[in-house]
Amino acid sequence: MNPLLAISDLSVTFATDRGQVQALDGVSLSLNAGETLAVVGESGSGKSVTALSIMGLLGDSGRVSDGSIEFDGEDLTKVSGQRLREIRGNQIAFIFQEPMSSLNPVLTIGTQVAEPIWLHHKKSWSEAFEQAGELLRRVAIPDAVNRLEDYPHQFSGGMRQRVMIAMALACQPKLIIADEPTTALDVTVQAQILSLLKNLTKEANSSLILITHDLGVVARYADNVAVMYGGRVIETASARELYKNPQHPYTEGLMASIPKLDGDPGSRLYTIEGQPPDLSNLPSGCSFNPRCPHAQDKCIMTKPTLSEVAPNHLRACFGYER
Amino acid sequence: MSEVTLQAGQSNSLLAFHRRMLRDKPLGGIGGLIFALFLFCGIFADLIAPYGMNETDMRRVLQAPSLAHWMGTDHIGRDVFSRILHGAQLSVIIGFLAAGLATVLSIVLGVLTGYFGGKADMLIQRFVDAWMTFPDLVLLIVVVSIVGPGEGQIIIILGCLYGIAGSRIIRGSTIAVRENMYTHAAQSMGASTLHVLWFHVLPNVMPVVIVLFTTRVGAVILAEAGLSFLGLGIPPPVPTWGSMLSGGGRTYMYVGPWLALAPGLALTVVVYSINVYGDALRDMLDPRMRGR
Amino acid sequence: MSDSNILEVKDLQVHFPVTEGLLKRQVGSIAAVNGVSFHIKRGETFSLVGESGCGKSTTALSVLKMQSVLDGQIIFDGEDITHHSPAQMRGIRRKMQMVYQDPFGSLNPRMKIGSIIGEPLRVHGMAGDKTRYHARIASLMKTVGLLEDMAERYPHEFSGGQRQRICIARALALDPKLIICDEPVSALDVSIQAQVVNLLMDLQERLGLTYLFIAHDLSVVRHISNRVAVMYLGKIVEEADRDTLFKSPKHPYTKALLAAVPEADPEVEAQRAEQLIIGEIPSLRSPPPGCTFHTRCAEAMPICKQQAPDCRTDGASSLVCHLYS
Repeated sequence: MNPLLAISDLSVTFATDRGQVQALDGVSLSLNAGETLAVVGESGSGKSVTALSIMGLLGDSGRVSDGSIEFDGEDLTKVSGQRLREIRGNQIAFIFQEPMSSLNPVLTIGTQVAEPIWLHHKKSWSEAFEQAGELLRRVAIPDAVNRLEDYPHQFSGGMRQRVMIAMALACQPKLIIADEPTTALDVTVQAQILSLLKNLTKEANSSLILITHDLGVVARYADNVAVMYGGRVIETASARELYKNPQHPYTEGLMASIPKLDGDPGSRLYTIEGQPPDLSNLPSGCSFNPRCPHAQDKCIMTKPTLSEVAPNHLRACFGYER
Repeated sequence: MSEVTLQAGQSNSLLAFHRRMLRDKPLGGIGGLIFALFLFCGIFADLIAPYGMNETDMRRVLQAPSLAHWMGTDHIGRDVFSRILHGAQLSVIIGFLAAGLATVLSIVLGVLTGYFGGKADMLIQRFVDAWMTFPDLVLLIVVVSIVGPGEGQIIIILGCLYGIAGSRIIRGSTIAVRENMYTHAAQSMGASTLHVLWFHVLPNVMPVVIVLFTTRVGAVILAEAGLSFLGLGIPPPVPTWGSMLSGGGRTYMYVGPWLALAPGLALTVVVYSINVYGDALRDMLDPRMRGR
Repeated sequence: MSDSNILEVKDLQVHFPVTEGLLKRQVGSIAAVNGVSFHIKRGETFSLVGESGCGKSTTALSVLKMQSVLDGQIIFDGEDITHHSPAQMRGIRRKMQMVYQDPFGSLNPRMKIGSIIGEPLRVHGMAGDKTRYHARIASLMKTVGLLEDMAERYPHEFSGGQRQRICIARALALDPKLIICDEPVSALDVSIQAQVVNLLMDLQERLGLTYLFIAHDLSVVRHISNRVAVMYLGKIVEEADRDTLFKSPKHPYTKALLAAVPEADPEVEAQRAEQLIIGEIPSLRSPPPGCTFHTRCAEAMPICKQQAPDCRTDGASSLVCHLYS
């Protein structure tokens, strides 16, 4: 089976006032239909840029300098702007972190949910509006039909994120990309929103890319995981495999540094020393080498590439003795 | 203010600072140079000017620019270049004093209302709203016709006019700064209100103050020119750029276009230079912009 | 009160006025903190946890007297500070410092690091002569793991974790007895959170600090605290020592909160039955009658809708729930 989405060797550069900054450096990912892939990383790891380049939303300063993004048989880096707009919202939907600023404050919720249906499916406005009510019901908004005429400010943060999910689902997309969808929400609401998202995508057999920094969220909701660092994918595996058997020193450190609910309280946590890398000034070789407890000479000289350490488990590391 | 960086940096002299500006922000640097030239001309007009400002020579009336008269002569034979230089002097005085008064007024009103808020803020701001609904020029004309024209009056009127309107801008950025956690942090460590205003609020509204001041200098010079153009400015025979435009400039525009062009160009160049210099100054004084 | 307590808060009430119209006429009030009582022993870490709007940050601000208190009592270091004037508070603030959530917003971008860390000393006239002042700044920077030569740099040159170290150094400058940490790690990258948590714990050990820790991340709270209080809509619903609270939570809200936090282990997660708490936090403007949690509670009984439960306390822990009365 061909994967739904295959990103290979993607490089993205941004023109900034400090010169060219390479935000992504040879990123490869693939995602099958119906699968949930979590992309994990810290600020500046390139996880959000990866999402934006799939959507073709890099803006004026960003540009794909190399590589391809194959989506359902089409290379999104090569298609026309017209075709990209057809795909965007229709086959790939995006859910942003900030549910407040993603909704237009002067349009009713009903109008905003109905718009993509009307736009992409050539339905009449009243049909689209009716379908919008149905969608709001599916994302468990109480009294959905009566709330179509409400404005975004009348909704709470969690409800707005439900509306965003309803909008994303409106055109039955094959792929949904959610960029930190619950970071702005409370924990109990986060759990509600993520299980809703997971269940609805499963129902529709859509794929989901979940961009997050929360390793707990990944463990609960993801099938596969890609760990990013300094604009590169440094490890990919299934979620179970990755947590049980992390192979990259960064992943391993990350896993060890989070306090576990059943861990030994009061003890010191494992720490990864140093600071996250600055993309405009990346270290040579493996960009993790200044923080890596196992760094050797060759880690400073050359960049390791992704290679298989176990079936379906790749890492970008020269290897070390544990 | 040694702890707060409004200066270019401890060891850097004013000269080195501007040399850096010329390199990093060439447009602003050139603006600064022109601005400095303007200041110099204004201050030393008496020494530089080749002729007296009211020295008439009826044999040389309405002469086109030449080596003897760089900007030509006017309808009663006065050297236009000398008059421009003397006009610069008045413009410097009025521009700086009125813009300075306006800025101080804006800071006091804006910072106090923005920082403390409450009922006083609301009342003062409603007054500012009402003030801003009057067209500037009408207000100016009315007040000048009551108190009569003169340097002092013009400085105070323009200072109040722009000062009250500008307080809104300072108030806005004060509110933004007040909401920052560092002002909160300072309060929680037991700092007095004065300390918070001086070390945390003022330095962070400074970028806005600088831009406000430099645009005000330009605006005041223009407003004074406008008043003089209407005959409500500085009474003759003292030359100002506005009165030069309105007097000889307008009347003899076709016979001696230099009479209008010289003060007009001087105004445009100086006001533009001050504005770009102000922008560059703001950027250079921001620690976040250093080393870029 | 006993001498072992550094802070005691009794029946704290904080109300926000609701104003209307042009003249800001007060038309009502919101009880942001509604009868909160707790105490903190010297040298321990006491955590207030809860979701947004539960009143945990307002409680902290009241302790600092940055928020006017309607009713109740705040006793700090043996002194009743509830009705202290701002002038009287100046002395108290030396002993009580705060570390904020957002290390980007809480540092003045126009001040150098050394000047930021030394500011509390200058504010309280304790800067002394230049050499001693600079030596003090240098030693504070060393304490939190910053290099001495960073003192001449500006905040924007630092990453989030280093900025939080700067904030901690500033909080330590006056040798405070109590440090209030308002979500000190939640804005940081995962790999940096552990560094800051360890630093806070090291400092506590070395300097004998007491922390009032405010957070929503339960795994960090469990790691760092001695005792934990869970807040919901302006009230503490359950308070217990850490092990009791995390091993055998009693209040349905505490249970729901613990269940909502995903564990970083897919195997555990796969076995865990998903118990979702329903609905969202009700508005503080119109809190539900009876027990304020009954609208979302899976175990709600008829009495919960009518009557607010009393606080049952047995010295070490307390609980506000009808299920256990």
